[in-house]
Amino acid sequence: MEQQKSASLWMIGGLVVVAIAAFATLLMMRGAPADLDLSRDRLTTKQLYRVAIAPETEPFDRAALHGWVVTVSTSQGAPVDGAEITVDGGMPQHGHGLPTAPAVTAALGQGRYRIEGVRFNMGGLWEFKLRIRAAPGEDDVTFNLDL
Amino acid sequence: MLGLSVLLAACSGSDFSEAERETIASLSIDRLGDPPPDPSNRFAGSRAAAAFGATLFFEPRLSRDGTVSCSTCHKIDRQFQDDLPRGRGVGETDRRTMPLAGVAWSPWQFWDGRADSLWAQALVPLEDQREHAGTRLGYARFVAEHMRDRYERIFGPLPDMMGLPMSAGPRGASDEQAAWAALPEAKRAEIDTVFANIGKALAAFERSIRHTETRFDRFARALAKGETPQGDAELSNTEVLGLKLFIGRANCVTCHNGPRFTDDHFHNTGVPQPADLPSDEGRAAAIAKVGADPFNCLGSFSDAEPDQCGELRFLVKDNPEMIRAFKTPSLRGASSRPPYMHSGQIATLDDVFGHYASAPTSPRGQSELQPITLSEREREALKAFLKTIDGG
Repeated sequence: MEQQKSASLWMIGGLVVVAIAAFATLLMMRGAPADLDLSRDRLTTKQLYRVAIAPETEPFDRAALHGWVVTVSTSQGAPVDGAEITVDGGMPQHGHGLPTAPAVTAALGQGRYRIEGVRFNMGGLWEFKLRIRAAPGEDDVTFNLDL
Repeated sequence: MLGLSVLLAACSGSDFSEAERETIASLSIDRLGDPPPDPSNRFAGSRAAAAFGATLFFEPRLSRDGTVSCSTCHKIDRQFQDDLPRGRGVGETDRRTMPLAGVAWSPWQFWDGRADSLWAQALVPLEDQREHAGTRLGYARFVAEHMRDRYERIFGPLPDMMGLPMSAGPRGASDEQAAWAALPEAKRAEIDTVFANIGKALAAFERSIRHTETRFDRFARALAKGETPQGDAELSNTEVLGLKLFIGRANCVTCHNGPRFTDDHFHNTGVPQPADLPSDEGRAAAIAKVGADPFNCLGSFSDAEPDQCGELRFLVKDNPEMIRAFKTPSLRGASSRPPYMHSGQIATLDDVFGHYASAPTSPRGQSELQPITLSEREREALKAFLKTIDGG
């Protein structure tokens, strides 16, 4: 009886492992979900800022180091200068981060900032996260990029 | 059922999805273009430097005992690698010799990327005690004695080495290290400049080593033009199945992407740690080394402006994902150059597929692999596809 119980526990455990592995594989294989917001102009989480991103040159080579321009305004549309911006991100379906450590290298005025050192080493769905700190407060925004 | 439809789709080229066609085009050598410039090496595009570098590359006297040249491990008739699990110069190293085709495109050199340029890379084996085992002063003296004119035509006058020891360098034997430390700083900088220039000439030569077009490239070209691949550009049913797996369910193209079949990044794939070697942290241990390398892009021997050193400026530090992460190798030519992995741990392609299918736990850090099921037929198909990107 005990043996049977332990055997079925092992089996359930095994099935769970298989299911997790299958789910993980599915996650890795699927593309961007149809309803995923791929907008490059978004409000931050707490709606303190409106943030737009654009590659410095279009089209851009995702595999080479390149730059993006970030435009930050208040939710009412006034440009935000003097913001501190940090960059993070990665591939949620693969569980890894960005291959480089991009950083803001110039404030271009009128709420625009240059981010350099961006590279996306794989095709697929990437998250590009910005944390913004300026007079209205600290807030963050996540862009989804399907590359 | 899926297998049958794949079989039926073979050869015509018309049965690839739009996404598959785009991925196939992205892997074609036609997408490669010219190598990126190396602003840290102003001689990178110099033909005279490349020719001088070729001479140096095949010169066994650039070693402690006159028997080891770059070509000892980077064999010209073997894709510039040596077919051994671990490279052998004066002694045996810890790592597999990498092939050289397309190295000019790699932002990072070595399996762990501990050099940020080809010229900085070339200097390391020259002084490694298990490879060429010489010293920078020894090499400067050799060039002065045997190749002075060629060197000076490219790089300008050699420094005065009168009265200096025969051999000295910071990575030499203890007496050579002591001799190096005893030199005045200005003299050391002069010798370092000659040493860096040797690397820059070697790099100029290595930039000319390129991948050659393969059957797959002819197939991809025809597909891109909307033509039916003809002659050897036509892939067999098995090869097409392998290609579909490669860019689909087997997830190979995730890392082996672009025309060189590499993402130029570092990944922990759970490759075993050889029992007879010290623990190898891979990329995680290389980050401090490349930052401290006096021959890096930001160093005083580099020809680049600091803002041209993007790879170093935006280097990821302190990332646990880099523990036992190693560089994704190009798969062009890989099918005919076993053994595989950074220390030649895996003997055959069959064993490589077995490794990726089972996705073992990494000895340290976290493997990125997820287990997949690959039938015998699918493994044969992947193998057949890899042969189509191997010019032999």
